[in-house]
Amino acid sequence: MKYYLLFIFIIFYCLPWHSNAQSYLDAADHVCLKCHSNQTYTFHNKLMDSEEKKLMNPYYILDTMALALGVHNQFDCMDCHSYEYETYPHASNLKLEPLATCFDCHGGDESFASYQFEKIAEESEKSIHHQIYGDNFTCAKCHSQHTYAATARTSNDVLKIVDYSNKMCLSCHSNMNKYQLVSGQENTKLIQIHEWLPNQELHFKHVRCIDCHTEVVDSLMVSHNILAKEQAVQNCVECHSANSRLKASLYKYQNLQKRSENGTLNTVLSNESYVIGTHQSPFLKLFSIIIFLATLVGVAIHIIFRIIKK
Amino acid sequence: MTASKQIYFYPIWLRIWHGLNALGIVILILTGISLQNIESSFISFNSAINLHNIAGVIVTLSYFIFFIGNLLTTNSKYYIVKPKGFIKRPAKQAYYYIWGMFHNMRAPYPLSEKRKFNPLQKYFYLIVMYLAVPLVIISGIALLFPEIIIENIYNFSGIFVTAIFHSALGFFISIFLIIHLYVATIGKSPTANFKSIINGWHHI
Repeated sequence: MKYYLLFIFIIFYCLPWHSNAQSYLDAADHVCLKCHSNQTYTFHNKLMDSEEKKLMNPYYILDTMALALGVHNQFDCMDCHSYEYETYPHASNLKLEPLATCFDCHGGDESFASYQFEKIAEESEKSIHHQIYGDNFTCAKCHSQHTYAATARTSNDVLKIVDYSNKMCLSCHSNMNKYQLVSGQENTKLIQIHEWLPNQELHFKHVRCIDCHTEVVDSLMVSHNILAKEQAVQNCVECHSANSRLKASLYKYQNLQKRSENGTLNTVLSNESYVIGTHQSPFLKLFSIIIFLATLVGVAIHIIFRIIKK
Repeated sequence: MTASKQIYFYPIWLRIWHGLNALGIVILILTGISLQNIESSFISFNSAINLHNIAGVIVTLSYFIFFIGNLLTTNSKYYIVKPKGFIKRPAKQAYYYIWGMFHNMRAPYPLSEKRKFNPLQKYFYLIVMYLAVPLVIISGIALLFPEIIIENIYNFSGIFVTAIFHSALGFFISIFLIIHLYVATIGKSPTANFKSIINGWHHI
């Protein structure tokens, strides 16, 4: 009988409805997301005894798909936020609740060692963001705890990595409201500032902002020391050469390197498109040198015979 | 041996095209090589790009002189290839260059008013001027305006494939240039053919 009860308990515990109750994908049933994933929300006004429908603050609307795909998708809202948020209207003192910082979980933990969070913190403290905004420039200013996905580590598509990374920068640098939070200036003038860059649009699609705007650190996957704009790379050759700095930044991910190793064609034509011309492929470079030398040798032999047979 | 005969092979429009083309192609090859090996280059990246672009426009414009000139004058007849002896004729010429000319063999296809190019020469000129150069111009224009290039060709970036194609053709043209310059020394005297392309008169 005892085992029978235990069995019933295990079955009950493992059934899907248990975990689904708080799934981000079932926003309508989720205690927080039923409001925070919509443009509007409805609540019962006890004072007036009426149902009221209001507009949600757009900054508090969460993308449920991004939540479900984010690195923290296994956590529920209450794991970080106070459980008192379950009631509405939310208590005003909740605004002052000290939220957990990234390092409360990620700092000094061996299981996160490969991510080098301490080194990242050290680097970002040198960055122009930290110099201007101090400790208020938290990790979350770029890496939303709600939706962040480690695209650079997981994707094998350069364009996707570039797009995801640049959107992090642009979330403030092309959004005047958010930009003012840190800089106080009104307009970022991104297009005008980058006017010197040939084929600006292509560069923006194929290279990350951070590839020119950070100091490359070999030991880190992504350099976090964002430099002042005066120190950004403006020299074409730094990328468009055989020892391109992109090799130490954008192209150093193993997931991308693996892709270039797959397939026979890729071994002949490696996809390092930052070096101009045929020489970006070691095979074609060798091939062209052999043909060139063979031509010269052929001509030299012909000249020798012409001299001898004269 | 009969007295030296001269034929007016190279009319003024052709010499202007040839001069412009030669100048442009040499600049393109030098700057093209320097862009690929910028670390060991004698010219700065930005100047190499500007020069490459300007020379590319010069070669493109001079190609029109070549194309229209051949369309309007009788010069085009020298490029016509006949199916008879399609392989045999150029092979015979190649044999002459490799073996015959060192064994007192007479040139199998001596030049005349009817024949400006020997068969091997004709084939190479056709391939270079009606295939390689137009393709290198088209791919060059595409790289000048990279936004017009299709984004992906199978797994590869369209720009990457176009760049490889462009520089491979450029390399082919460079090899042609080396052979072209060398074979030009096999004339009446080593410098005779170079004088001809300047003054227009070819010694037979």
